[in-house]
Amino acid sequence: MAVIHDTIEAFELFQPASLEDALVLRRRYGKVSWAYAGGLDSLDWFKDRIKRPEVVIDLGGVAELKGVRESGDGIEIGALTTLTEIASSDEIRSKYSVLSEAASQVATPQIRNQSSIGGNLSQDTRCWYYRGGWPCYRAGGNICYADTPTSVNREHAIFEAKRCVAVNPSDTAPALIALDAKFVIHGPSGERVVDAEDYFITPATDIQRMTILGPSDLLTAIRIPGTWAGARFHFEKVRDRQAWDFALVNVASAMKLSGDTIEDVRIVVNAVGPRPLRLRDVERQLKGQTATADVAEAAGELAILGARPLQHNAYKIPLMRNLVRRAIRAS
Amino acid sequence: MSFFQWAQNPWGQEILVRISWDLFWLALAGGVLFVIGHLVWRSKHKEAPAAEAPPEKAAAIPERIVRHTFGSRFFHWSMSAAVFVLLVTGFFPVLGIQFDWITIHWVAGLVLIGTVVFHIIHASFWLRLRDIWIGAAGWKEFRQGLANSLGSAPPPPKPGKYPVEQRLFHHMVSLASFGVILTGLLMMVRVSNPLFTRNPYLLQDSTWGWVYVLHGLSSVGLVTMIIAHVYFAILPEKRWMTMSMIAGWITKKDYLAHHDPDRWVVTEEAKNR
Repeated sequence: MAVIHDTIEAFELFQPASLEDALVLRRRYGKVSWAYAGGLDSLDWFKDRIKRPEVVIDLGGVAELKGVRESGDGIEIGALTTLTEIASSDEIRSKYSVLSEAASQVATPQIRNQSSIGGNLSQDTRCWYYRGGWPCYRAGGNICYADTPTSVNREHAIFEAKRCVAVNPSDTAPALIALDAKFVIHGPSGERVVDAEDYFITPATDIQRMTILGPSDLLTAIRIPGTWAGARFHFEKVRDRQAWDFALVNVASAMKLSGDTIEDVRIVVNAVGPRPLRLRDVERQLKGQTATADVAEAAGELAILGARPLQHNAYKIPLMRNLVRRAIRAS
Repeated sequence: MSFFQWAQNPWGQEILVRISWDLFWLALAGGVLFVIGHLVWRSKHKEAPAAEAPPEKAAAIPERIVRHTFGSRFFHWSMSAAVFVLLVTGFFPVLGIQFDWITIHWVAGLVLIGTVVFHIIHASFWLRLRDIWIGAAGWKEFRQGLANSLGSAPPPPKPGKYPVEQRLFHHMVSLASFGVILTGLLMMVRVSNPLFTRNPYLLQDSTWGWVYVLHGLSSVGLVTMIIAHVYFAILPEKRWMTMSMIAGWITKKDYLAHHDPDRWVVTEEAKNR
């Protein structure tokens, strides 16, 4: 159980000034190290003494990890770039507005000033049983406290739950998947680039992680190709209150039209499962159609096929259906 | 090294979670050390040539003797496949090789249960249970065999259908298999599956901990036993036995060399089975 302490438990702090040094430290300390970016996710864990890393690698001084720059026909965003910078970047606002919109809806202005895009993508789930330090599957135990007949699971998963029913809380993740972004990861075997979609994993693959990042890996950059630049975008986030809250469901879409006909489309929903859910069946159905109310209606119904609500989160099914419909109508 | 993993439940109680994965490495090391130990012992002890059977007895014995019926072999190989899948899906994630293992694991578990049920019925009605049982005489022979291997006793008499070591292995595997099956069935109540309504509160936290511990202990026990089993299966002097689990029969020569014709009578039996 989480107990409030006066101080964070002691750890060894490293403040590398270059990416190379940061990677050396990550390799050297591996599992006992913690990559610290904006600190918004990290500090809660440390204060509650639920995560007790022996070594903290503060990435704040690594200049290579910051900023938005051109890359090929698209852009590259350093993983340490703040959400405020992303929300206010002219380049992103003009070409990839779904991302700036998503970034601008994260938490509060103060938090967006401090938090990084890498942290927003890699943050742990917000399941309060897990965050509260209960020994659930995700914490290495053998039970999911959120999936019992008496659990409080209003915010939990309706898709892809396997033993653990926690959801991915990121707002920027669905936007980046909709933009077909690539994530650059540095690890012991060098650099690898993965599709944004493949960065996130479900408990079926590893119940103690939400991303493919290993203990010695670092997410260093996000590359957004020019493929979807200037497309018709839509981002919508539904939450209990209009500020400083995580999504109950959010949706991001990118659509290319040829006249009235949908030429290509990507729709991604988050906070309904352990990873952002790309709605491939819906995308397939939409291609070649006109975005009418009837088409949107049918797409909404298709989107929720296979949803399995828990005791208290059945409301997420109509919510998701309606958000998908609106994404199509609004694009 | 620790033996168990503990955690604090929401009510502040220390509860067992499962065995420590150190025990997996211990089981692996135990299996490997057993193999190395046996190889060293084997290099210093040559098996004495078998005594010739009386010619009148040998004449009545067929050239091929059925040692494992089709049903027995079907059980052995299907159980092996199920256990192999269970160990891979159970331990690979522990080793850091991550994949969607839960459904494969419990489906393989159901296959294992099916094979064990088949074996119990087949062995009860079509095989002789006393062939596999270890009575007082069997234990005496086992002790004598151990003493002989240390050079302090003469060799034990030739066995009947199954050597006492093989019967002992059977019982140990049976015990571990029942361990994983009974605990595994209970654990299925905790995951979503089409057979049971999910109910993680069926047992108390501490009881669940023991279920997980017994499941883990049985599983790591199987790891050691399987290493030893595969090792013996590939030893040149045991290959006749391994081949009989594939083809079903052994030669008259192997029969006379390794079995007592008075304890495993095959003249009629071989025809009937």
